[in-house]
Amino acid sequence: MAAARPDPDALLARVQREEEKARRGKLKIFFGATAGVGKTYAMLEEARRQKAKGGDVVVGYVEPHGRAETEALLEGLEQLPYRTVTYRGAALRDFDLDAALARKPALLLVDELAHTNPIEGQPPPRHGKRWQDIEELRDAGIDVYTTVNVQHIESLNDIVAGITGVRMRETVPDVVFETADEVELVDTPPDELLERLRAGKVYVPEQARQALESFFRKGNLIALRELALRTTADRVDAAMREYKEGHAIRETWAAGERILVAIGPYEEAERLVRAGKRLATALHAEWIVVYVETPDLLRLPEAERDRRIELLRKAESLGAEAVTLGGSSAGEEIANYARTRNVTRILIGRPRRALWRRLLRPSTYGELLANTEGIDVHVVGGADEAAALRSPFLARTRAYLQAARPESAKVRWPGYAWAVIATALCTVVGAVTAPLFELANIVMVYLLAVVLIAVRHGRGPAITASVLGVASFDFFFVPPQFTFAVSDAQYLITFAIMLAVALVISNLAASVRLQARVAGHRERRTALLYAMSRELAATRGQEAMARAAVRHVSEVFESQAVVLLPDAGRLRYPRGDSIAGSLHGADLSIAQWVQDHGHAAGLGTDTLPGAEALYLPLHGGPAPPEGARPVLGVLAVLPANPRRVTLPEQYHLLETFAAQIALALERAEFAERAQRASIDAETEGLRNALLASISHDLRTPLAVISGASSSLAEGGERMSPAERAGLARSVFEQSQQMAQLVANVLEMTRLEAGAIALERDWHSLAEIAGAVLRRLTGPLASHAVEVHLPPDLPLVRVDATLLEQVFANLLQNAAKYTPPGTHVVLRAERADGRLRVSIEDDGPGLPPGDPEQLFAKFERGAREGAIGGVGLGLAICRAIVRLHGGRIWAERLPGAGAAFRFTLPLETPPEAPPEP
Amino acid sequence: MSEPRATVLVVEDEPEIRRFLRTSLAAEGYRVVEAESGARGAVDAATHKPDLAVVDLGLPDVDGVEVIRRIRKWSAMPILVLSARTREQAKVDALDAGADDYVTKPFGVGELLARLRVALRHASRSPTGEEVLRLGPVEADLKRRRISRGGAEVHLTPIEFRLLNCLAQHLGMVVTHRQLLREVWGPSYVEHTHYLRIYMKQLRDKLEEDPVRPKHLLTETGVGYRLVGDD
Repeated sequence: MAAARPDPDALLARVQREEEKARRGKLKIFFGATAGVGKTYAMLEEARRQKAKGGDVVVGYVEPHGRAETEALLEGLEQLPYRTVTYRGAALRDFDLDAALARKPALLLVDELAHTNPIEGQPPPRHGKRWQDIEELRDAGIDVYTTVNVQHIESLNDIVAGITGVRMRETVPDVVFETADEVELVDTPPDELLERLRAGKVYVPEQARQALESFFRKGNLIALRELALRTTADRVDAAMREYKEGHAIRETWAAGERILVAIGPYEEAERLVRAGKRLATALHAEWIVVYVETPDLLRLPEAERDRRIELLRKAESLGAEAVTLGGSSAGEEIANYARTRNVTRILIGRPRRALWRRLLRPSTYGELLANTEGIDVHVVGGADEAAALRSPFLARTRAYLQAARPESAKVRWPGYAWAVIATALCTVVGAVTAPLFELANIVMVYLLAVVLIAVRHGRGPAITASVLGVASFDFFFVPPQFTFAVSDAQYLITFAIMLAVALVISNLAASVRLQARVAGHRERRTALLYAMSRELAATRGQEAMARAAVRHVSEVFESQAVVLLPDAGRLRYPRGDSIAGSLHGADLSIAQWVQDHGHAAGLGTDTLPGAEALYLPLHGGPAPPEGARPVLGVLAVLPANPRRVTLPEQYHLLETFAAQIALALERAEFAERAQRASIDAETEGLRNALLASISHDLRTPLAVISGASSSLAEGGERMSPAERAGLARSVFEQSQQMAQLVANVLEMTRLEAGAIALERDWHSLAEIAGAVLRRLTGPLASHAVEVHLPPDLPLVRVDATLLEQVFANLLQNAAKYTPPGTHVVLRAERADGRLRVSIEDDGPGLPPGDPEQLFAKFERGAREGAIGGVGLGLAICRAIVRLHGGRIWAERLPGAGAAFRFTLPLETPPEAPPEP
Repeated sequence: MSEPRATVLVVEDEPEIRRFLRTSLAAEGYRVVEAESGARGAVDAATHKPDLAVVDLGLPDVDGVEVIRRIRKWSAMPILVLSARTREQAKVDALDAGADDYVTKPFGVGELLARLRVALRHASRSPTGEEVLRLGPVEADLKRRRISRGGAEVHLTPIEFRLLNCLAQHLGMVVTHRQLLREVWGPSYVEHTHYLRIYMKQLRDKLEEDPVRPKHLLTETGVGYRLVGDD
């Protein structure tokens, strides 16, 4: 049945996954509910079994906690030396990743998957987390055994915190746990565990004993055990599903679920993301985390904003697709996006908005409900331990207080000053006009000031203006004047309404201003990116692109940058002059690591965060067969101020730049590859022609030489002197021919390689021609050669040796390709300010076809004939004439015969001083 | 051959080329001393007191030009140079360092022997020159500065005469551009090679039957000129 056939694409993906798995080292996790269940013990026992079977087992790092049982198990196992790290003055033992990679055992034991490496230690670790060390070990093909507790699994963090009241800082991404090849649950019933704890068999540091006593309550232990069992069961379930897919066992599934998690500025976003992850896992659904960048966002304190963006990255690491949307209304944007992506469920947080705000504007929640018919909306909610810590009111207050700061005080203070000045001006205007107008009109004047201040200087100054306005109005105008006392209670209502109106106006006006700033911000980002893309698109060649990219990146991020490109797998510094903003001190070993592993490293990342610069891989598109994205190079950025790249928002932008650069580099690489392929083909063709030609032209003289010389050697004494001389002469002649052939091939090679520098000097053409004619007396003996050179021929500035070669080749050709008795004429004349030299004959003429073809390499007038020569002669002539700035061509002469002509530029020759 | 049994030193690293030189030279009646390196050659030149040295320019240890310089420090023996075809500048360097003539590889034995004989003859001739130089129909009595062609007197300018005289001093042997310019015009004119082209053309017009295909005033492209007598 067709419907039951597994989807070929999915199958292919699975095969690729399995291939990838086969290459990588396998990961086995010994998984437990809490500390003390005996994970390390179980791991060591298993390791001993493997060792007994003859496996190459090495202990990378195990915390024995001074327990005798564990130490007994360690005996007889090879242990890697520890790395000593100095951290805040104390010497710590830590796992030595490089030693493990160098030793490269088949199986390595590394305890505590969730361990955090001491980032600020000396020497600094390569990765921030141990699970990253383990990933690298697996990349190197090393099988790894490790241990972890349920509370360290990222998505279970909240649940565990809810159960125990203790939040774990050291967490492991779910994906590490999910992609482990094997998970072994190490289970100990709570009573037994408590027994062991009492017996002191569970290692507990002294200072943590108190906290742990509340942790190791029986109720907690039962809950954690259940969580561990359920998590393991989920994994088994997933494995089962994969098996079913692989074997085309299909049941009716609910239509593909897709979950959208909307995180906004006010919710407990982290909880929301974790809840989304759990729901997605439970439903086997794909999930998207959406963040809507509304004007509200910019009002948040900077640290809070950064946390949102960091959260998106975290969501990605949990397997979600992270999307940032822009718009003024979060609810509408989310609903639109959900519809376009066929989302089935939306998760949002419970809104935490003050009552008056809820009344003033519809909540995201309300907008969403109004726009998402047919989509389930889950509201994840509310109070937890974090809520007690920071009530929404406190958070908002703090946000306001901080919001005043980030834009830097020097920008804001003039705003407040203007608020005071504007209020003072209003008071003056009011004082002047008070006798003419009613007090109500003076209120209008103050409100106008508030609007103007709000539009120009934002919320804070506007609120100041509102309050000052009300106070001034009271003090200066409301009777009794010049006191804050109010005689008529009616004015209290005026004050209240005036303040309310002023606040609403200032809020609205400030919102408009903020939206404009958000738009401006986004526009600037797009413009910067566009500027670089445009320049990259107009640039050819990777090196030039790298330069352009460096210029843009260094400008936008106020940093030094360099794009390192690989040369046969090794990164190297770009050649050529350095440009402004280029980074000189990039650490090539870090860059090489980034190139090899495809992960970012250095400043602000989890890998080698102690480095000064940030190293980003430039990922190309996926290569179809392997599925792994090739790394085209590395972008290294050294910012003047580290915040320019470590702020998540900036980091995100930098990543976008890197993606653009990678795209351009990939395009250049494809172009280069295509060009190289065509050059290769051409070279290959030439090489074949040369081989064919040489093999013929060498074989003939060689046959003659070896035949004639062997006759002389073996039977020379029986021959007449004349016969001997004849044979000897043919040996000599043939060897001369071979010498000529070899010389031509060498000459051509040197000309093509550009290894010949012209040694120009003033020469007489007649002299050069004369030398050639004398040299070729033999070959030209049976031809009638005439020379027509005008007596007033000027000297020419040429390389005489090379020009002699041109004459020699042309005259030799005439001798070779025309029958004896043919007339050959050498002539030279001035034509159009140049010197034109011709060698004409009245022989059989040129072969049919385009005469220009004769100048190609390995072309001959008569193919494979008895005439020697590789067909390089004319190609050499052309190369030489071109070097001199001239042109060479062949013509068919009217009647019969051929002409080869070339031109040379004429310059004014120097004169010799006249003799006295 | 009429020469006495002269000793020839062959400085050449290729055993096959040494072998064929030894055979050919011995067949012509020369005594041959072989040296397979430049350093060895310089020593042998002193110990064996050869009448002539044949030096390959492409030696593995010492540059051939250096070998020539070492020999020239104490000896005026004629030196012939063997050189690959495409290295004109190396020939010029060797000649300027004191070599007397060159043969381009690959070469025929006949050519080598001819050069060898000319060099030996030149070395044995007394420096003051004597008999009249015959160049086809031209007779040049350099001592008396009298040149005639088919009996008619030919007038040479002083420079033309000096040029002819300089070439005649090395009759049969190549003279580099530099040597000619220095001896005819003076040391400060060695870069003015176009003087040579102009005066050589004038000289050929006056002395050669067909100036375009000279028989006596020959061009060695890239190296210099050679004056060849009638025989």
